[in-house]
Amino acid sequence: METWAVASICVLLGLTARWTVSLNSYSGASKAPMFGDYEAQRHWQEVTFNLPVRQWYFNTTDNDLKYWGLDYPPLTAFHSLLCAHIANLINPDWIELHKSRGYESPAHKFFMRATEMSDKLHLPAHNINPFLHFFFQSSALLCILLYPGLILIDNGHFQYNSVSLGLALWGVLGLGCGHDLLGSLAFTLALSYKQMELYHALPFFWYLLGKCGKLGLTGKGLILLVKISLTVLVSFALCWLPFLFDPQQTLQVIHRLFPMARGLFEDKVANVWCSLNILVKIKTLLSVDTQIYLSFGTTLLAVLPSSIKLLMKPTFWQFRLALMNSSLAFFLFSFQVHEKSILLAIWRGLTFRNTLFIFLQFALSVLTMAGLSFMSAALEPPAKLPDLFPVLVSACACVHFLGFLLYFNLVQLTESPRSDKKKIN
Amino acid sequence: MAAPRDGTLSWFLALTLGVSLIKFLLIKAYHSTDFEVHRNWLAITHSLPVSKWYFEETSEWTLDYPPFFAWFEYGLSHIAKYFDEEMLVVQNLTYASPATILFQRLSVIFTDLVFVYAVCFSSCVKYRVCFVTMLSLKAYFVPSFVLAVLLLWNFGLLIVDHIHFQYNGFLFGVFLLSVARHFQGRHLEGAFLFAVLLNLKHIYLYIAPAYGIYLLRSFCLIQDNSDGSLKWRNFSFIRLAALGIIVCSVFALSFGPFLALDQLPQVLSRLFPFKRGLCHAYWAPNFWALYNAADKALSVLGIKLKLLDVAKLPKASMTGGLVQEFQHSVLPSVSPLITLICTLISVSPALFSIWHRPCGARGFLRCCVICALGSFLFGWHVHEKAILMAILPLSILAVESKDDAGVFLILATTGHLSLFPLLFTTPEFPIKILLMLLFTLYSFTSLKRLFRPECCLINTVESVYLSGLIPLEIFCELIYPLTSWQQTFPFIPLLLTSVYCAFGIIYSFFRLYGILLRGPRYTTKRKSH
Repeated sequence: METWAVASICVLLGLTARWTVSLNSYSGASKAPMFGDYEAQRHWQEVTFNLPVRQWYFNTTDNDLKYWGLDYPPLTAFHSLLCAHIANLINPDWIELHKSRGYESPAHKFFMRATEMSDKLHLPAHNINPFLHFFFQSSALLCILLYPGLILIDNGHFQYNSVSLGLALWGVLGLGCGHDLLGSLAFTLALSYKQMELYHALPFFWYLLGKCGKLGLTGKGLILLVKISLTVLVSFALCWLPFLFDPQQTLQVIHRLFPMARGLFEDKVANVWCSLNILVKIKTLLSVDTQIYLSFGTTLLAVLPSSIKLLMKPTFWQFRLALMNSSLAFFLFSFQVHEKSILLAIWRGLTFRNTLFIFLQFALSVLTMAGLSFMSAALEPPAKLPDLFPVLVSACACVHFLGFLLYFNLVQLTESPRSDKKKIN
Repeated sequence: MAAPRDGTLSWFLALTLGVSLIKFLLIKAYHSTDFEVHRNWLAITHSLPVSKWYFEETSEWTLDYPPFFAWFEYGLSHIAKYFDEEMLVVQNLTYASPATILFQRLSVIFTDLVFVYAVCFSSCVKYRVCFVTMLSLKAYFVPSFVLAVLLLWNFGLLIVDHIHFQYNGFLFGVFLLSVARHFQGRHLEGAFLFAVLLNLKHIYLYIAPAYGIYLLRSFCLIQDNSDGSLKWRNFSFIRLAALGIIVCSVFALSFGPFLALDQLPQVLSRLFPFKRGLCHAYWAPNFWALYNAADKALSVLGIKLKLLDVAKLPKASMTGGLVQEFQHSVLPSVSPLITLICTLISVSPALFSIWHRPCGARGFLRCCVICALGSFLFGWHVHEKAILMAILPLSILAVESKDDAGVFLILATTGHLSLFPLLFTTPEFPIKILLMLLFTLYSFTSLKRLFRPECCLINTVESVYLSGLIPLEIFCELIYPLTSWQQTFPFIPLLLTSVYCAFGIIYSFFRLYGILLRGPRYTTKRKSH
């Protein structure tokens, strides 16, 4: 069967799975007064449509930042504005300033789900290597398209992660095909959509820098470096344009993007700090500033080996491994991580296959998770430890992720300088 | 018949799990009044004694399936009580708690396992499967794989059973098993299964003539003359008696209790409610849809040309939501008897054909499809869902012969599109489009690949017709609702869909007849890989 038919069928399956999941309820449905992520997205459409740009990120009488204030970079805001214009054509009540808070209706749900579906930017980015075996192609494609984590969070819970992940994937593909400028542009856009993409930023930087270095920093390499820098700077400038005129605006946006006051972590997340907190209450022992420095330092240390290796050997395979390592390191050690950020690491991981280690880990993970899930459902936690099961799950997951971090670092670092094996894509 | 080896069943498992995933995801989708129908039957069979089952009238959705199905609902009701006992109270009309929905949906998904088993049997056992590993390209283009997908992932079955809500999956499973038995030469078992099927859902009477003639000709007549003609001396009365005993005992088991209670007339009147109109509220795309449309068109034309008097025309609308008897305005009215005669005339040539020139089990299956289609086209109060009775068995023939594949593509695409009006809610709109695209894309590409050395399966005219379905759908679902006519003439999209699809289905009917009457030597077989 033609490759395009296989790809189309996989894409259709992915879309069908997504839309059927979106039949269900969304985050915060009917849960006044704050509702959930769905209401946050609707509120951003309300804010961006009705208020001038300079007020979007500021606390004003019309814009209460405590009620789902904008905390993503400008591209998200512009995207919300676009959706708002469409919403306004269909039913202005959906985005009426102040009055539309908590607006819920079947028609509105359909509209929001439709905006979610139309942002499937990553779908065409899954190029199929024509030299790869039919079975691997279709199974790989299905793995990525049917990845439950992304489907549940985007189409169930309600978020727009597909946009930034898609753009980041275009970035990776661009670099893989040798289109460095286009790849950089795509990644810059991804970064301007969600700041979570910073998890992937370092590998992009080191890879491109290393590549320029290999080409010769005095000749072609320098030209490439200049071109890439210009591309990145100009695209950033374009995305952030309205906020660059006033330093206060820029600072406020950055302040919203990186809420340092919220502490090392919130709720239960499967990273090192939350797991460590079970034994040593670092969140209360250390001041916020110390926490920031601690997490900054450990994150840098964690990405250092893979970054150095990538800089010295900027091949595409190294780049992909570094992406994995970087996202895992950031997830495990950085500040204010949300559990959904693991999507970034897993997304990367989906593109790797055929390692026995991963299979064993997977089997172990499934068994552990199954056991824990069963316990969570069947047993009651003791009264003194009401969050016992979520915490155990997080801690278990954290151990797994640490294992993966070690493994992928080993794979990346031990790749001998002369080996140029063709790895399965 | 080669038995399947374990290695080749892993792809089957993957297909089954995949489609089951979709089924589970559809639990929250829209369900029609058929949901309430089955809830009501659960309640009736659980709460009331057998003597009251066919008399109960609290709900408008009275029990109108044969007794075996009633017993099936009775069995289900014993599991239902663990989900939500309130659903088993007859007075709780339109009761649809989350537990009720979950139970009912799960019951369809799990009874579908019968269908899954039947498909596995039909696709893996019936075909000599090429024992290549999963990694080989060849594994995906053997008939068994294609057939398994066409059956398990059939669009019509998915949306009718798992969205609209019905139990067709396991019924088709029983039917497929019966057919498979006939292919294997185990005719008594096949007859038994069909008798059970008839007592589960009497719509399968549509294909009973095919069974009757085939069994008489190919089972009871042991041997033919050397020139293939009948040899009455070889008529086995023993076999006929065996068949008779099997069929009669099944019917006795089913209707016996009601016969004893002297309720047979009541049961039969419930099973065959001829008071309902010629067409369902939404016209099935059959011959009568064209007849009605022509009648309407002529009456409108007649009024415009002042040939008819508006006052003298009957007032009843056949396009309204209620099903009631009505009169045609210009063309002669149609009674149930006329539809029966038309149906018998339409299927007789096929029955004669397998009598005079039996083509084995394959000919029998083709005759089943023709009987199903004939009854669909000319029957009384046909539901559009009945098209599945023709599409599913035709899948088996489609993977074996190029001509059948061509007819299948036309019939399946048209038939499936005619099911679109069943799902009229907004959230389900993308689902039906996506699933339809999925199935249609797969069926076209896989069948083309199966018969690759040959030229195209469908010709230009047929392609144009099928392509016309797209603008039709866009107009009916997207453009028309935005116009002002939606309020005054809401039935126009249904009428257009019905009439357009009717042409495709009637054409498929004649094409199938052509293949049957031309005989096996003209059927282009697929080149074996």
